Amino acid sequence: MATSSDLNNTNAVQIRDMIEQKKKKKNLFNFLEKAVPVLLFLFAAISILTTIGIIYTLLSETIEFFKVVPMIEFFTGTVLKPMSQNPEFGVLPLLAGTVTSSVIAMLVAGPIGLMAAIYLSEYASDKVRRVLKPLLEVLAGIPTIVYGFFAFTFVTPLIRSIWPEVEATNILSPGIVMGIMIIPMIASLSEDAMTSVPNSMREGALALGATKLESTFKVVIPAALSGIIASFVLGISRAIGETMIVTIASGSSKNFSFDITQSMQTMTAYIVEVSGGEAPAGSTIYYSLYAVAMTLFVFTLLMNLLARYISRKFREEY
Amino acid sequence: MKYVDVTQVQKRMNGRILKNNSFKVLFLLATIFGLIVLGVLIAQVLTDGLSWINWDFISGKLSTDANRAGIMGAILGTFWVMVVVAPVTLIIGIGSAIYLELYAKKGRVQSFIQTNIANLAGVPSIVYGILGLTIFVRALDFGNIVLAGGLTLSLLVLPIVIVAAQEAIRSVPQHLSEASYGMGATKWQTIKNIILPAALPGILTGAILALSRAIGETAPLTVIGIPALLIPFPGGIFDKFTALPMQIYYWTLDSSLVEEYANLAAATIVVLLLLLFILNSTAIIIRNKFQQRY
Repeated sequence: MATSSDLNNTNAVQIRDMIEQKKKKKNLFNFLEKAVPVLLFLFAAISILTTIGIIYTLLSETIEFFKVVPMIEFFTGTVLKPMSQNPEFGVLPLLAGTVTSSVIAMLVAGPIGLMAAIYLSEYASDKVRRVLKPLLEVLAGIPTIVYGFFAFTFVTPLIRSIWPEVEATNILSPGIVMGIMIIPMIASLSEDAMTSVPNSMREGALALGATKLESTFKVVIPAALSGIIASFVLGISRAIGETMIVTIASGSSKNFSFDITQSMQTMTAYIVEVSGGEAPAGSTIYYSLYAVAMTLFVFTLLMNLLARYISRKFREEY
Repeated sequence: MKYVDVTQVQKRMNGRILKNNSFKVLFLLATIFGLIVLGVLIAQVLTDGLSWINWDFISGKLSTDANRAGIMGAILGTFWVMVVVAPVTLIIGIGSAIYLELYAKKGRVQSFIQTNIANLAGVPSIVYGILGLTIFVRALDFGNIVLAGGLTLSLLVLPIVIVAAQEAIRSVPQHLSEASYGMGATKWQTIKNIILPAALPGILTGAILALSRAIGETAPLTVIGIPALLIPFPGGIFDKFTALPMQIYYWTLDSSLVEEYANLAAATIVVLLLLLFILNSTAIIIRNKFQQRY
């Protein structure tokens, strides 16, 4: 009899242990269930911290800069001589460089990108599209430094052999190469906009006797216009922020001009030049870095917001 | 009553068709234009650089003497940067994506974070360089070591990883997680055992593409202040370093002084492009091989 009661006892103990263990495990589960979301939220918050970090660093140092150089002088000054005895900090030469290179880039990327988008979405067969699209995306995956090398050692000599007045460093060549770099982006975004136009609209136009070209220009493009414009705005934003191509191929001349045959410095190239030159922290040159970066940041942010606004606000829903 | 003048239409028809066909050719040329440039670019880089690539160039130390210069230091620098970027972006990227897709309530906080990520993706890389310079190099006083560069590049490519991971998680069908809940699994168990494994190929593809973007980035590194000629090899993430794109940058800049530097830059580009090609092929293989269609 004793053995049986022992057995009962051990059984009871075992079960009690099991319950205990189960409880412990459950506590761990409960803890995990509560802790994991908090941890994950912290990870997601890092992206917000990044934004705050960018805005805070840019803003605080820019304010320091404007204490030394008045804002009016910065935004209206046409002379930029940061290294001279009597330094002058006008941002207009840099803005001229940025605008000029971006305009050249968009003159290349806009038409070619749009035409490529038209071909891919309206004319190409499924097979052809499946080959061409990934190949175009390779173009977008090439590092910008490689494009810089290409602009400096190939495109510039090529341009100079046709147009000898162009200097060894000029804004034309990096502008063109930047445009080539942006083609895939505009092509792919515009193509997305055009493919999302419903087929029934194309078929309507074709049934009325329009050629493919007519249906494209009179039906598809107007319907996809918001997406196409948004892709252009994003392209401009990309061109404004592009750094290495212009740094390498356009030199560091800070003249206020729009002469495409000459060297011009963009905002991005100025940042590279000044920070690479080990500007001592606390000097006015050092702070000018942040003021220029702030200008650049605001420009690109506005462009990106504008692109999103256009594609959301003016989208035609079918 | 005649609404359509048939003869008029027929007269104009040939012209319209001709226009359509010639524009079709024009559009095709525009599409191919980019590819032609790509071909020219690669051909030029190969003719300039290929003959300079040999074992001494790959394994050698940097030098001002073009004939003795090697890029092992830059290769190792790029490798150590990857060692920082890969885990940091994977952990933070996947974590953020899980939070946004599976935990965050659809509402203000979630859409705020989402908008914020979209905006971060559009910030020029050089601005990240300034952030890295201010925070990692100066404020935290790391100096221009691998860790500082790697963290800067991590922040730069983080939006790419987050968006890719979100898409991968979203594409896992609902019925899988419902089955898991039906078996009594908790939310975290379901995520860990069901959703993440199913989404992993998509996440990895995005992460590799982000990594290849980070490897090619130059602008943030120039701002951080990577030296032009760094002889010692970096042995870990706390060492000073140079990277492949930085070496291309300096050699291209100085090619107007020493002509052979252009060849060195081209040879380095070949190595860099080869590395990117391997990474991207891996991503494509992962996507095609492991991605399940539900």
